[in-house]
Amino acid sequence: MAKQIIKERRLQDDAWKVVTLVDGEAPFDVCLPVGPLLVPLAVWKAKKACLIHREYEHGTPLGIWLAPEDKVEDIAADIDDFTVIAVHFPKFADGRGYSTARLLRERYGYDGEVRAFGDIGRDQIFYLNRAGFDAFVLGEGKSAEDALAAFDDFPETYQAAADQPDPLFRRRVA
Amino acid sequence: MLRLAVPYGLLSAPQLRKFADIARRHDRGFGHFTTRHNLQLNWVQLPQVPEILAELAEHELHAIQTSGNCIRNVTTDHFAGVAADEIADPRPWAEILRQWSSFHPEFAYLPRKFKVAISGATEDRAAIQVHDLGLQVVRDPNGEIGFKVYAGGGLGRTPLLGQVVQEFLPWQHLLTYTEALIRVFNRYGRRDNAFKARIKILVKALGREEFARQVEAEWAHLKDGPATLTVAEVERVAAQFVAPAYETLAEDDLCHLAHLREDKAFSRWVERNVQAHKVAGYAAVTLSLKKPGAAPGDATSEQMEAAADLAERYSFGEIRVSHEQNLILADVPQRELYTVWHRAKAAGLASPTVGLIQDLIACPGGDFCALANARSLPIAAAIQERFEDLDYQHDIGELELNISGCMNSCGHHHLGAIGILGVDKNGQEWYQVTLGGRQGNDARIGEVIGRSFAAAELPDAVERLIGAYLAHRHADERFIDTFDRIGIEAFQSAAYTQTRPHPHQSRRVANG
Ligand code: SF4
Repeated sequence: MAKQIIKERRLQDDAWKVVTLVDGEAPFDVCLPVGPLLVPLAVWKAKKACLIHREYEHGTPLGIWLAPEDKVEDIAADIDDFTVIAVHFPKFADGRGYSTARLLRERYGYDGEVRAFGDIGRDQIFYLNRAGFDAFVLGEGKSAEDALAAFDDFPETYQAAADQPDPLFRRRVA
Repeated sequence: MLRLAVPYGLLSAPQLRKFADIARRHDRGFGHFTTRHNLQLNWVQLPQVPEILAELAEHELHAIQTSGNCIRNVTTDHFAGVAADEIADPRPWAEILRQWSSFHPEFAYLPRKFKVAISGATEDRAAIQVHDLGLQVVRDPNGEIGFKVYAGGGLGRTPLLGQVVQEFLPWQHLLTYTEALIRVFNRYGRRDNAFKARIKILVKALGREEFARQVEAEWAHLKDGPATLTVAEVERVAAQFVAPAYETLAEDDLCHLAHLREDKAFSRWVERNVQAHKVAGYAAVTLSLKKPGAAPGDATSEQMEAAADLAERYSFGEIRVSHEQNLILADVPQRELYTVWHRAKAAGLASPTVGLIQDLIACPGGDFCALANARSLPIAAAIQERFEDLDYQHDIGELELNISGCMNSCGHHHLGAIGILGVDKNGQEWYQVTLGGRQGNDARIGEVIGRSFAAAELPDAVERLIGAYLAHRHADERFIDTFDRIGIEAFQSAAYTQTRPHPHQSRRVANG
């Protein structure tokens, strides 16, 4: 069965592969399988030319994934190269990725796919969606049905965020 | 344990009655008011929680963000809106922050919990310097409102006072600046060690200037953006905190003055539990949740209902929870004080001891809390019993005594003139004593006096410390003033010296 992802509020098949570095592996040595890839920041930095070549010559779309500690600032100049920017949540309690997504959307104006993957499920979807994520690969054993229901947890929100540039107080009818 | 939110400590009478009702039906008939305004229920059954929350929601009450690594309840001065020394009412700002922080999409999974306190008066009654973010309302020379911003204060195992990161933040920028500050914390706060994850550790590691610089750099992107507050919004929110319909009254009520002269017990209660009000003829009343035998901050369902009744009859239907774990009726006409006192007494809410040793702060400790090293409540009870005599208490005068059952410091022991901390020694309960702590404008962390005490030794040790104060004090000096003047040594030697019983004790015996 193809891998599934939540996008546009429904489950879809997903072709992207996540490349990870095995312990001690140098980013330059990693071998890149065919097809669309999400590469770690270190691999992007080490093999930028090669990855861009793949895109130009073979039409393979470019993707990257960021660990919680990776700084958006480090890819700010390359942002338009990516079809997908994924953010990893090794533990749901590590909330750095929410800032990452908001910065991508609100500061750097990235309008491609921002995908969350890792230890995420129903309780995180509403927040993730507001922070600017628009694609979600749920953690092991998490129910997609539950997660889909979470988009509508609250009909209204107080703060501005990636999904809503104006806080409620600027949207109230006088 | 279910912790119910009391945003900035404000409750309506029906809301307090709802708490009473929930505590009666779903718990053991009482609840515990915490140092952060919230109500804690200790024996709620998990399967009943959805039903409880649904009932609370009908009264606009909830338990949202009362635990977890998110932005917690915003706390403030329990005399907000009525204090004579108020620069501006902090409640609209607290409400603006409450709205902004509720389900904030970026800050639900911070490195650690994040507590905000705001004071609008010249005297800080909200302990803003020991909060992750402390806001002091100030005015610039043109009378414009702004905030002096403290970051990185907190108690726990690394007690630190907040550092000033903004001398004057114009009010328009409250939300954008706060967002920038918490974003820096979210991105760079430590996540490898829960004990080092509070913002205070980040502020300390970077240093005040570097931290402030990073916040400033982040803020540069957000400043003047859509989250910038508008006059219309501030006015809209402030309109929910308009003063009640006060009567025009004389400065002093004659009957009240007569009662004060004639009834010693009443006048003693007024002296401790009634505060001046900015409106002539009114007063703010503290209903004490402290008395020997009951855990500080505990209120039975009957007491909550009594307080709700009093609020409805005499104080425009509103109750506040103070961070000293008492309830406040903020707007009582002087002429009603005598009746309020009688009724509060009948409900066990009139211990005339606010600010005295019996008004101590204690966390739930080992009786209820899984994290505790030692119990707090029996210690609190033993001390309250030792100093039960009202004349003795009034003679000792103002003294803050705070007890925490472990380093998490929920009882704010670092801020007590006498602080008591439960420690674990080979599975036994011991208590470390600190002296000289204080809250408020010149907040300070107490100093450890020496080796810990066993539970049985502690009341004697506290009495010896107080004996040292009584022996050295000058007229009109509070415990803390004498401490500042003579230093810790005199207290240290007293604490560890076995002396004959204090004269007071023999007097008690003599009095039979
Ligand atoms: S100070 Fe420690 S013992 Fe007391 S309530 Fe907090 S965590 Fe529990």
